[in-house]
Amino acid sequence: MYENKRLGFLFALPFILGVLLFKLFPFVMSFALSFTQYDLIDPPVFNGLDNYRELALHDPLFRQSLGVTLMFALIAVPMRVGFALFIAHVLNYKLRGINFFRAAFYLPSILGGSIAVAVLWRFIFAKNGLVNLILAQFGMEPIPWLADEHYSIWTIILLFTWQFGSAMVIFLAALQNVPVSLYEAAECDGASKTQQFFRITVPLITPVIFFNVIMQLVHAFQEFNGPYMITEGGPLHSTYVLALYIYDQSFRYFNLGYGAALSWVLFALVGLLTAISFWSSKYWVFYSGEKETRK
Amino acid sequence: MSVTKEQRQQWLRYLALGLVALVMLYPLVWLVGATFKTNSEIYTELGFWPSRFDFGAYAKGWKTSTEYTFATYFLNSFLITLPRMLVTVVSCVIVAYAFARFEFWGKKLLFSIMIGTMMLPLIVLRLPQYLMFREFDMLDSYLPLILPSAFATDTFFVFMLVQFLRGIPRDMEEAAQIDGCNALQLLWHIIVPLLKPAIISVLVFQFIWTMNDFMGPLIYLASVEKYPVSLALKMSITATEQVEWANVIAISVVALIPSVAVFFAAQRYFIEGAAGSGVKG
Repeated sequence: MYENKRLGFLFALPFILGVLLFKLFPFVMSFALSFTQYDLIDPPVFNGLDNYRELALHDPLFRQSLGVTLMFALIAVPMRVGFALFIAHVLNYKLRGINFFRAAFYLPSILGGSIAVAVLWRFIFAKNGLVNLILAQFGMEPIPWLADEHYSIWTIILLFTWQFGSAMVIFLAALQNVPVSLYEAAECDGASKTQQFFRITVPLITPVIFFNVIMQLVHAFQEFNGPYMITEGGPLHSTYVLALYIYDQSFRYFNLGYGAALSWVLFALVGLLTAISFWSSKYWVFYSGEKETRK
Repeated sequence: MSVTKEQRQQWLRYLALGLVALVMLYPLVWLVGATFKTNSEIYTELGFWPSRFDFGAYAKGWKTSTEYTFATYFLNSFLITLPRMLVTVVSCVIVAYAFARFEFWGKKLLFSIMIGTMMLPLIVLRLPQYLMFREFDMLDSYLPLILPSAFATDTFFVFMLVQFLRGIPRDMEEAAQIDGCNALQLLWHIIVPLLKPAIISVLVFQFIWTMNDFMGPLIYLASVEKYPVSLALKMSITATEQVEWANVIAISVVALIPSVAVFFAAQRYFIEGAAGSGVKG
């Protein structure tokens, strides 16, 4: 059965063509472009490492956006994954109405990427917006979320964290695969709930934690809608993430070669962080015993 | 006091979940209320309930400051979303069938590439893709937004379908094959019905993601009459910076309605779908 190799290849053909045409070719092309100067009108001119030299040595805006991106990713990803794990853990017990909570927590993940939510978010964090209205109830001074360069990044971070539902759903599926017998045994030995969480739950789902961290890192580095709509990169470039800078250079100033170089820096950064995660994973991700716990 | 430790913990869990749900959803609920409020009310009222129900903000927001209303922009959004959903499902199911049920040369490598592309930041590809579509003379049309999906480039969906198919035993297919079904008949009569829950998740995800997509239309579309809702919203906020917020909020709320409706109609399917695949894009 299913030995017809040509037939399998034929069915896979759309994907093979699609990957070549829309993924691999553009990938190679953007690399090639990054060594040129290109303004969309005149043909690209090869300029060697000029773009990379420029951004590494003479471009304060690149340094700024790199710093903002790193800070954003290193705070927002742990927050999103941490929340997701915590809520999934609470939801993992037999609870009535679990479906309601699951849907309620998942909804922001589904809508969160939309421009409509970005517009609404901008409003929630406005000077007289909902957040400051709530703070006022506790007698706190309004915080200039969008106008002050120290606070602006937090509006983006909170928007990212708010969408923890997708990671939560994945955690929940993983938690439901942890055998109940392990908890029962630990209970007999007198382990507290906290001990059970850190000694049983967390070690058993490290592969899923790892997976979520990697996927969310890739997302965080590409965050665009939020900074573009809510803060427009400002104030004082405090939310000027790399994706925004790449967009500006490529599609607003038409420095396509430079934009390509920037996007390759972003790619290298994601690759590097992924590699570090993979390297570190051998110290904290445990795959052993996974087979026994399945089903 | 006959409250057991178990019960107390149960209540604590509900309390925690309820609080989180409140924080998660109240902003959305409050904004719906805000669309009925006057500017001064919006800035002072913490409560959801407006003092009057005035749909004026909706009417004004819907009209926009351009010559088109949001009816045009919604129609445009659907003109992108519906064809894209169709070609996505067709191509992804066929390709997933190949990966899950056939052996062919280079399959392992191709599968790794599929996983790899899920981790590739899309923004790296935007610029060359733009240049390609310019070469194809497809700028300012919906083709750049739809065409790639016809080639199963939304690899997350292929992966999801493959994972789903792997969990289904092959007995039925074997029986059908003995009865003389060919590969295409198998696909249509056996695989597609079995895949139904996963196919629904693919459709729902693609609907919402395409409705949400902003950068794609921003790059490829130039004429206002072709704008989808996301771009039109962006335009209305820039155009009405000084004007009443309620209009902009009202239209943002309307813009979310299709996605919210689809979410609640199908949430069971695609929460399972996302969880089962172990991935969410």
